[in-house]
Amino acid sequence: MIAHAVVFYIFSFIAIVSAIMVTASRNTVHSVFFLILDFISISCLFIMIGAEFLGMIMLIVYVGAVAVLFLFVVMMLNVAQQKNEWFVASGSSSHIPVGLLVSLVIFSELLIVIGGWKYKTELQDSININLNLNLTNTQSLGNVIYTDYVHLFQLSGMVLLVAMIGAIVLTFRKRTGVKTQSYLRQISRERDEGVELIDVETKKGVKIDV
Amino acid sequence: MFSIGLGHYLTLAAIIFTIGVVGIFLNRKNVIVILMSIELILLSVNINLVSFSIFINDLSGQVFTLFILTVAAAEAAIGLAIIVIYYRNSGTIKVEEIDSLKG
Repeated sequence: MIAHAVVFYIFSFIAIVSAIMVTASRNTVHSVFFLILDFISISCLFIMIGAEFLGMIMLIVYVGAVAVLFLFVVMMLNVAQQKNEWFVASGSSSHIPVGLLVSLVIFSELLIVIGGWKYKTELQDSININLNLNLTNTQSLGNVIYTDYVHLFQLSGMVLLVAMIGAIVLTFRKRTGVKTQSYLRQISRERDEGVELIDVETKKGVKIDV
Repeated sequence: MFSIGLGHYLTLAAIIFTIGVVGIFLNRKNVIVILMSIELILLSVNINLVSFSIFINDLSGQVFTLFILTVAAAEAAIGLAIIVIYYRNSGTIKVEEIDSLKG
């Protein structure tokens, strides 16, 4: 029990510190690194709590795809040199106390809600899908996703498809002045325009008019 | 203190949520960091859903976490695409200089 608590506190401490460093780090590349660390420690917490499939999916999706996407964009936009100055707003510094106040209020509201939270007595009875302890986490999720939530599953696939098409359409651009192969012209070319037969008159020499 | 319950996970999620909100409010330089703060907020929501799902013994929270994961990935891709074309058009993604709407 104590070891479990100690491991929980270690992982959550790492998660909180790296979340702070994501927003406070001066270099954008360091922010992305701390974001990766945050995702890894949270997925360790997920595995600890018993949601193994989601922990592994977090590792694959966030660390493998999203964080690399962020790193790629940071590399491509060359913003690592633009130092990320925190708390040093030039001119419009009235945002900072207001922002701190609002976030303090949000945090205290969340803590009040958590502190006053109790199980309703009939909550245990109104369960949709029980966790079956004989099945693994992945197996029970799979039993649910492809039966009860199949429409939402298909819909999330559509969301990903639309996001992919949108990202391609947004970033696609036609460059002018680049020599590329035009397949349509290449295929639709006929013999008449490509080859010209000329009767060359013989024995008349060549006269060059300027 | 040494028995980890639902309140611990909810407090952790609240702290990470607040850090994400602070990151959106106080970041004055870079739009990419704002996107990362949004990812933090979605992550804290995921922590809430998963911990409730485990402690209430109901699997639907984990299913919804899966869908939130999908939406977060799509949102990151679209947001980064928008940032890329904005950088291509205007040459900067500093928050202070994106003021063409005069808001």
